[in-house]
Amino acid sequence: MNITAAKYYRSPELSGDPNSIKATIDGQELFVPIDTNNTHYKAIQAWVADGNTIEAAD
Amino acid sequence: MANTTVPAELVSDSVYERKNLIINGAMQIAQRAASVTASSSADAIHTVDRFRTETSGGSYDVQQSTDHPNGYKYSQMVTMSGAFTPSASQYLIPFEQRIEGDSLQRLAYGTSDAKKLTLSFWIKSTKTGTYVVELSNNNSGGQRKYSQSYTISSADTWEHKTLTYAGDTSTAFEDGTASELTLFWWMTAGTTYTSGTLATAWEDNTSANRAVGVPSSVADNDSWQLTGVQLEASDEATPFEHLTFDEDYAFCKRYYQKYSGFHAMAMWTYGRSNGSMQFMLEKQMRAKPTFSYSGTLGSLQTDSHCGIYESDWVTISSLSAGSASSASNSRMVRIDSAHPSNTFASANVAVGFYAGSSFFLIFDSEI
Repeated sequence: MNITAAKYYRSPELSGDPNSIKATIDGQELFVPIDTNNTHYKAIQAWVADGNTIEAAD
Repeated sequence: MANTTVPAELVSDSVYERKNLIINGAMQIAQRAASVTASSSADAIHTVDRFRTETSGGSYDVQQSTDHPNGYKYSQMVTMSGAFTPSASQYLIPFEQRIEGDSLQRLAYGTSDAKKLTLSFWIKSTKTGTYVVELSNNNSGGQRKYSQSYTISSADTWEHKTLTYAGDTSTAFEDGTASELTLFWWMTAGTTYTSGTLATAWEDNTSANRAVGVPSSVADNDSWQLTGVQLEASDEATPFEHLTFDEDYAFCKRYYQKYSGFHAMAMWTYGRSNGSMQFMLEKQMRAKPTFSYSGTLGSLQTDSHCGIYESDWVTISSLSAGSASSASNSRMVRIDSAHPSNTFASANVAVGFYAGSSFFLIFDSEI
């Protein structure tokens, strides 16, 4: 998977910790749950391990 | 006529259970697309559900083909778009399927009762030669590999292949929803994967032993087609377990769901620029899914029937989704919509979500 952007996301109506990540993967905008069983989230974790950073939520 | 009693030990376990560990082996479900042109995306499912295509350099077209052996309706076809001569570390795997650990516990791997696996499939290619199907036990303690070669004898002819793999008494398939067994159909590879001795029994991962004997290159327009894929706990291949479209579709929805054709789906507004709806998935997925949508929301205000209806069509700037529930893997998903500033007259009003057949909500929980 080619990840080019990742930013934490929470619903504008909700407070608390973000529960997903808005990411651009293989050119597509995806909303990825923060769940270690999710394949895209695993890929984002690997992307972070390579030195990349997930932007903070708005 | 007298009845004949068959001793239980002479009957394969497969008779008593859904025997095929492969999902969508007849290639009849293709939720994503019927065809994709000139893709070189590594490690992706392009058309037929559950079947990945993986390469580290080649470019190809992928399609759900209506060319098939007798008794089937579809195959998956991968056609090279340009020649590909892999460097040492490059490869082409046009067909791949990953199987969850919780589907594999009946195989008793890692015990003295580990069962043999028999893989059978129909294949057709423009290119004769020797190819390899590799089984990979993705155990977190270290991968185990087992490769077998087969020959495509005649070009452009459907051939049925059967490969039997001994059980691995030393290493279990870990339980859970992660990918624990992967099947790779190798079609070409560089020396990193071909310079050793083919792993013809379960062994710890040695890259050089994974695809020994496959062609060192493929040409423009070379193609491979696959269907009737069955992996069963058996010493020999048994007839393919044909499922109905609905049965295959139901199995695929554990990994991918795609919806279209929304008409007056209930939403509500919060603030004057945002809306939200609760969406219920048709069935629980393998894990919390990734959400996306296709369709150009911002340009669908009036004439393409995609928008939020209040007193008039209004523009949706974007959709987004977070987990709607604290449940570990809920069927309920919250989808938020964003709109130009002060689109709505007020907050807390009910609105209806409309979208035509060319707009899709997509939930992906593949492994």
